Order: sequence, then structure tokens, then C-alpha cells
Amino acid sequence: MMDLAFLQVTWFLLFGFLIIGYAILDGFDLGIGALSLFVRDEHQRGQYMEVIAPVWDGNEVWLIAGGGMLFAAFPPVYATVFSGFYIALMLLLTALIFRGVSFEFRNKVDSAGWRRFWDWSFGLGSMVPSLIFGVAVGNILLGVPVVLDANGGFLWRGSFLGLLNPFALLVGVTGLMMFMTHGALYLAMKASGPTAERAGRQVTFLWISWVALWALSTMAAVIVSPWLFKGLLQNVLLYLLLAVDLASLIAIPLLSRSARHGWAFLASCAAMAAQIGLVGLSLFPRLVPSSLNLQDASLTITNASSTETSLASMLVIALIGLPIVIGYTIYIYRVFKGRVAPGQFYGSY
Amino acid sequence: MDAVLLARIQFAMTIGFHFLFPPISIGLGWMLVVVETLGWRKADDTYVRMGRFFAKLMALTFAVGVATGIVMEFQFGMNWARYSTFVGDILGAPLAAEAVFAFFLESAFLGLYLFGRGKVSKGVHWFSALMVAVGATMSAFWILVVNSWQQTPAGFDVVAGRAVLISFSDAVFNPSMWYRFFHQLCAALITGAFFVGGVSAWQLLKGRGGDVAPKALRLSIIAGLVFAVLTVFPTGHEHGKQVARDQPEKFAALEGLYKTQNSAPLVMFGLFDAGPPPTLNATIEIPGLLSWMAFGDFNAQVKGIDAFPADQIPPLWMTFVSFHNMVMLGMLFIGVMGLGLLLMWRGRLMTSRWYHWMFFVVSPLPLAANQLGWISAEVGRQPWTVYKLLRTSESVSVTVGAPEILFSIILFGTVYLALGALYVFILFREMNHGPDAAGEVS
Ligand code: HDD
Ligand code: HEM
Ligand code: HEM
Repeated sequence: MMDLAFLQVTWFLLFGFLIIGYAILDGFDLGIGALSLFVRDEHQRGQYMEVIAPVWDGNEVWLIAGGGMLFAAFPPVYATVFSGFYIALMLLLTALIFRGVSFEFRNKVDSAGWRRFWDWSFGLGSMVPSLIFGVAVGNILLGVPVVLDANGGFLWRGSFLGLLNPFALLVGVTGLMMFMTHGALYLAMKASGPTAERAGRQVTFLWISWVALWALSTMAAVIVSPWLFKGLLQNVLLYLLLAVDLASLIAIPLLSRSARHGWAFLASCAAMAAQIGLVGLSLFPRLVPSSLNLQDASLTITNASSTETSLASMLVIALIGLPIVIGYTIYIYRVFKGRVAPGQFYGSY
Repeated sequence: MDAVLLARIQFAMTIGFHFLFPPISIGLGWMLVVVETLGWRKADDTYVRMGRFFAKLMALTFAVGVATGIVMEFQFGMNWARYSTFVGDILGAPLAAEAVFAFFLESAFLGLYLFGRGKVSKGVHWFSALMVAVGATMSAFWILVVNSWQQTPAGFDVVAGRAVLISFSDAVFNPSMWYRFFHQLCAALITGAFFVGGVSAWQLLKGRGGDVAPKALRLSIIAGLVFAVLTVFPTGHEHGKQVARDQPEKFAALEGLYKTQNSAPLVMFGLFDAGPPPTLNATIEIPGLLSWMAFGDFNAQVKGIDAFPADQIPPLWMTFVSFHNMVMLGMLFIGVMGLGLLLMWRGRLMTSRWYHWMFFVVSPLPLAANQLGWISAEVGRQPWTVYKLLRTSESVSVTVGAPEILFSIILFGTVYLALGALYVFILFREMNHGPDAAGEVS
């Protein structure tokens, strides 16, 4: 049997890996959805959906896998956070429902009003989740109102409006800008004609917003949650992640301007991974810090994990399953390589 | 209203709605594998166009299934936080396995299947149809592992108020797992067969079927008959024996057996009277048959509801009614499919318009049978969420209040009604366009 402490750390890392996988993959298609809200022309809006048509659902499964893994590895986190974020999660789910069906529904009826409705569903259904993910991260970084009950269980003591604090909203907008930049880079790489050109032009503005908001959030975090930074400055990993983050952030506009879109997209993948890694590093070994009793009521990898047997079984599942998933996902992206011509997917089946 | 009741209503509503779509996805997925195999190996253009047409309906069904499934994944933590904490160590793993082994496979290959025609070889395209069906089936497997463990827990120990995993394989292959899986798989395959046949029957009636609908109807009658029989026997029958063995109070409630007796009769029909004591009136029954079905002996004693403590028995009316209606529908499906085979054999299948009507009307009923089966299984498990270990009343989230749950019922109820209506609307449009219409693209 593997040692419990080792498994807990491994699962923290694996969970981080899933979040990064989700952010990189669904990040671009949520970003593209949010960008589509700013497009006037109906045909071009249709293009935004078409570019991601064959892959968006596979991307969304990373979220489902993340939810499942959280349930499996850290059940009290799953239970406490999801019941605590109740209203926020309902909003998220409603948005994802509308977004999910809009791909199938939009082109089924030839009417401008119908298409406009599903365009809104797609756009808002992408923008709202992007914001909510960021707001959730913001609240975690701030600490959430959890206390211990009489039996040592975790009890949520917060409200929905409490989640909408300025810091969390700041992180929310940062996340949105991150996804939109990422989405624009994907469009510049995969779309064709005016859609790709417009996305290419938008990159600079989006990138500046992302970088500025990220810097602002980081500074705000130092003020609102100083404990996040305790001991962090002595950790080499911090400097490594920061180096990757800054290098890739700087590379994005340079690569994008010289029309190396694929490389620019990869750079933004790296920057996102590094930024999420930084969040994870500053939280470790906590998963959900308590704002009311940081010392004792925070959910950590030790007091909120499953047992050794369960974590080990899960590890076997993940180590067999994920390489296969990654393998065929890469294969499928390769099948669909190249720019997507208008009507290529929705016209053909 | 109290939060527990609301949470139950909310769960029943969301899972019930979600579960209209998976049986179609699973069943249609396998029908498409058959169709694509015929199209590819026989190089028959009719089957190629049949595949293309039903793939559209698959995509539509799948989209609604996915949209409503995400709710399910998060639901456990939102409404059933104490349940999630209690079972997480055990049930998290199969739930995660479902995502890793099934959902990824299904959705990745569906993208390839729908949009990859012409981009990949015919063999790879066929393989992608196969992977969609395999993925849907694996997702049924893993989610049924989860549900079966709640019905017949195994491979665990309870430590400090939480179930902890002792043996992963015992937990996965718990005593009701395979029964439930095979019965559900057959039920989904009937659903798929009736879906394909129902769509085709409608098109034949409207003269929109071309050369595709006749062949599709024939295919669905053959597949449907096989699986209609398999659903009842052996899978349904064996499942019943398993319930008698593992959950005797549920068995008594399903069968309407309120008094313990030797040589217990099988009730075919009965009117429920809540009592007390609960009784059935106007029954049509076959003496001794229940004893034989449950234990292979016409004289065996079968425990009735009176043999169990009052705080451990499930609601009686709902279990009895849902179970008996499921069984009746099972017989009906065999009848309709059998009649179809007879007409086919006599060469009258295409000229019997009355039969097309009948088939069309019956075609959505497998969905009802699926729902009724789940109501039997789930209401029959009450008052427990985890049989004999955790009561439903102890499973809900403490921090979520009745108003929040009520709000979610109203919100999801409205959204689901709209989704359901849109699904049916688009389905009929596609049916009326027929198999040879081009996709509608602006
Ligand atoms: C017997 C089969 C079965 C049962 C009992 C359930 N499902 Fe389901 N589910 C499927 C069979 C299925 C499927 C066939 O695999 C679906 C249907 C449509 C689809 O796209 O996949 C699906 C979709 C689906 C999705 C979307 C997957 C995706 O994005 O690809 C999620 C997250 C869930 N389900 C989760 C659940 C949960 C948490 C359930 C338990 C309460 C549940 N399902 C019951
Ligand atoms: C897909 C088909 C399913 C249907 C149609 C279905 C139906 C139902 C119904 C009607 C209820 C309400 C019972 C009541 O409160 O009296 C219920 C409850 C519940 N079911 Fe299922 N169920 C299905 C699958 C599952 C699965 C796969 C799981 C587990 C993973 C599950 C777990 C539960 C839980 C936790 C409850 C809530 C607690 C309770 O009321 O017992 N169900 N379900
Ligand atoms: C004579 C016919 C049938 C018999 C004897 C039979 C028997 C059973 C039994 C004993 C259960 C178990 C309840 C539990 O899990 O505790 C069940 C559940 C179920 N049945 Fe049937 N059934 C029949 C027909 C059908 C048909 C025609 C369908 C659908 C097309 C169907 C779909 C289901 C489903 C979805 C469940 C719930 C999942 C499960 O527990 O397996 N059944 N059935």
C-alpha cells in the first residue's frame, strides 16, 4: 500500500492538473463564446460556434472529471463547497445548459430571431461561467466562511451575496480576460477570413487587460490574504512558476504580432498553467481556507481526504485512464487541424 | 415544506428528466453501430444515408443529455452534502471513473463521428461510432455501480460516521450490480430500437421516408424483439430474484405482498387500498407463482410487509403501481415487436398503415418504462439513501434551506420544460424533413 501522505499530495497535484487541463481546453471555447457577444454580423457569430463544434463537449468533460475527482479524493470539499456555493452553482449550471444545447439548436430553424436567441445563449452561457470560475477562485483565496460543527464536520456559514465581494469580482474579471485572450488566440489560429483577422486585432487589448488585472489581483491578494504568502518567498517553485508565467506572457503579443498563432496559443496555455499553479502553490496544503478559523476549520489535504485504499484505487483509474484520454484527444485535434472554413461543419452533417 | 421533501422532489425531477435521454443515446448509439456496419461492409448507400440521418438525431439527444447530466454531477454535493460526505470515499471513485473512461470517450468520438466524415477513413469513422456506443454503455456501467452500491452496499466499513473503502472490487461488483446493468442495458436497447422504428413509422405515414424508412423499421423490429424479450427474461426476472434476496421489504412492496405467506401468489393486477392494514382489491393473481419466481419453489414462504418494522418500509402505493406498469409495458413491447415480425414475414409490413400508427404511438413508451423502473428501484429503497446505512432524512445538506431548494426546483423545472418542448419540436422538424434533406444552414 502506498503511504497516505504521499497519496494526498499526489491527489492535490492531480486535481491541479485537471483544473489546468480544463482551463486550457474549455478556457478557449468559453473565451470564444464570450467574444461572440461583441460580434454584430450573424454569419460571423455562427463561425465562432463552428470553430469549436467538434471539440467543445470533450473539453467540458474536464470539468465533469474535476467534479468527480474532487468527490472521490476530497469528499468533504465537494460537499461543503458545492452546498455552500449553492446559488452560484445553479447559475453556472443553468448557463452551461443553455450553452450546451445552443450548438445543436441554433442551426435547426431558419429564422433570424431563433438564431439570435441561441447566439445569446451561447455568448452569455460562456461568459457567466468564466466569471463564476474566477469569482470562486477569488473566494477560495480570500477564505470562505466555514466553521467546525460539534462532530468535527465542516459547516458553511456564508451567503450568496457574501461571495460577491470586490476581491472575488476582481479575480472573476481577471479570469474572464484570461479566457477571452486565450479564445482570441485560438480563433486567430483556427478560424478563417474576417473572424481570424478580428480576433488577431483584439489580442493586444485583451492581453493588456489580462496582464494588468492579474497584477492587480496579485497585489490585492497580498493585502487581503497575507497568509497566502507566508513561506512562499523561500520556495523555489514560486520563482520557477513566475518565470514561466512572465516569459509566456511577454511572448504572447510578440508571437501574435508576427502571426505565429499556434505558438502564441501555446504561450497562453503555459501562462495559464503557471498562474493556476501559483494559486495552488500559495494554497497548499489547504484546499479551502476558512476565513473564520484559518488554523482549525480550513479544509486541507489531510483533514478532508479520502482513505488510503480509496485514493490508491483512484490513482490507478487516473493513471490508466488519463493517458488514454490525452492520446485520443490529441489524435482528434490532429484530424481537425487547419483552419475551419465557414459552413465546414454545420453544412456537412 | 421541509427541506428533505423538497430535496427529494428536486432530485427526482432532475434525474428523471436527465434519464429521458441516456436510454435513447445508448440504444440509438448501438443501432447506429449496426447501421454503419451495414453501410460500410455492404457498401449500401441506403444504410449510409440512414446513418447520416440518425446521427443528427443522436447529436440532438446527446446535447440535451449532456446539458442535463452536468447538473447531476454537481447535484450530490449541492443538495446531498451529508450523503456525499458519507459515501464519498466509496462512490467518488466510480463517479470519477465514469468521467475518465466513459464521458471523455463518448464526447470526443461523437465529435469525430459527426464532423469527421470524409476527413478520416471509413474504418476510423465506423470505429468512432463504435466508441460512442461503448462510451455510453460504460457510463451506464459506472453510474449503475454507484446506484447499485446504495442499494446493496459491499466492500466497506463504517468508521467515524463515514463509509470507508475496504475492497474496490467488492464495492464495484456488489450483489445487485450485474443484474441492474444487464436489465438497464436491455431496456436502453429497446428504447433505441423503438426510437428508430418510431421515427421511421412516422416518416412512412407522412410519405417522407424514401428508401431509408422501410429498412430502418425492419431493423428496429428485429433488434427490438430480441431486446424486448431479453429485458423481461432473463434480465428482469433475475433482477427480481435478486431483489427478493437482497431487499426483501422492497420486493414485498413491489409485488404488493402485505402479509407473509407460504405459496405466495403473483399479482398481475390489483387496486391499492392504503388501509390500515394495506390491501389489494379486485386482484387478478396466479397462486404460488411468486414463491416460485422468487425462490424456485411453489411452496416457499415469502415475507410480506407485515414482517418488517414500520419505520423501514418503503411507500407502498408508488412502488406497486410503478413496478406493475413497467412489467405490463414490457409485455406490450414484446407484443408490438412480435406483431411486426409477423407482418414482415407475411410481407405486409409496408402496407399496414394501422401498424405504423400503432408503432409510432408505442415508440415513446420505453421511456416511460425506464422511468417506472427507476421509480420502483429508488422509491423502493426508501427510507434509506444507502440501504440500511444512511437514511434519506440524514442525507441532505444542512446549510441549504428550503427556499433555495424551492428556487432551484422552479428554475430547473422551467428550463427543463422548455428544453423538453424544444427537443420534441426539433425532433419532429427533422423527422418531417426526412432522411435526405440537407442540414439547415444559413
Ligand atoms: C444508465 C445510464 C445512466 C444513468 C443512470 C445516468 N446517466 Fe448520466 N449519462 C448517461 C448515462 C446515464 C449517458 C448515456 O452516458 C449520457 C446521456 C446522454 C449523454 O450524452 O451521455 C449521460 C450524460 C451525463 C453527463 C454529461 C456527460 C458529457 O458531458 O459527456 C453527466 C455529467 C452525467 N450524465 C452524470 C450523471 C449522474 C451524476 C447520474 C446519476 C445520478 C447520471 N448521469 C445518471
Ligand atoms: C437514471 C435513472 C434514475 C432515476 C429515474 C431515479 C429516480 C429517483 C427518484 C424518483 C428518486 C426519489 C425517490 C424518493 O425520494 O422517494 C430518487 C432519489 C435518489 N436517487 Fe435515484 N434515480 C436514478 C438513478 C440514480 C443513480 C444512478 C443514483 C446514484 C448515483 C441515484 C441516487 C439517488 C439519490 C441519492 C436519491 C435521493 C435520496 C432519496 O430520495 O432517496 N439515482 N431517484
Ligand atoms: C416483465 C418485465 C419486467 C420485469 C420482471 C422487470 C423487473 C425489474 C425489477 C425487479 C427491477 C428492480 C427494482 C430494483 O432495482 O430494486 C427493475 C428495474 C428497472 N426496470 Fe424492469 N422489469 C421488466 C420490464 C422492464 C421494461 C420493459 C423496462 C424498460 C424498457 C424496464 C426498465 C427498468 C429500469 C430502467 C429499472 C431501474 C434500474 C434497475 O434497477 O435495474 N423494465 N425491473
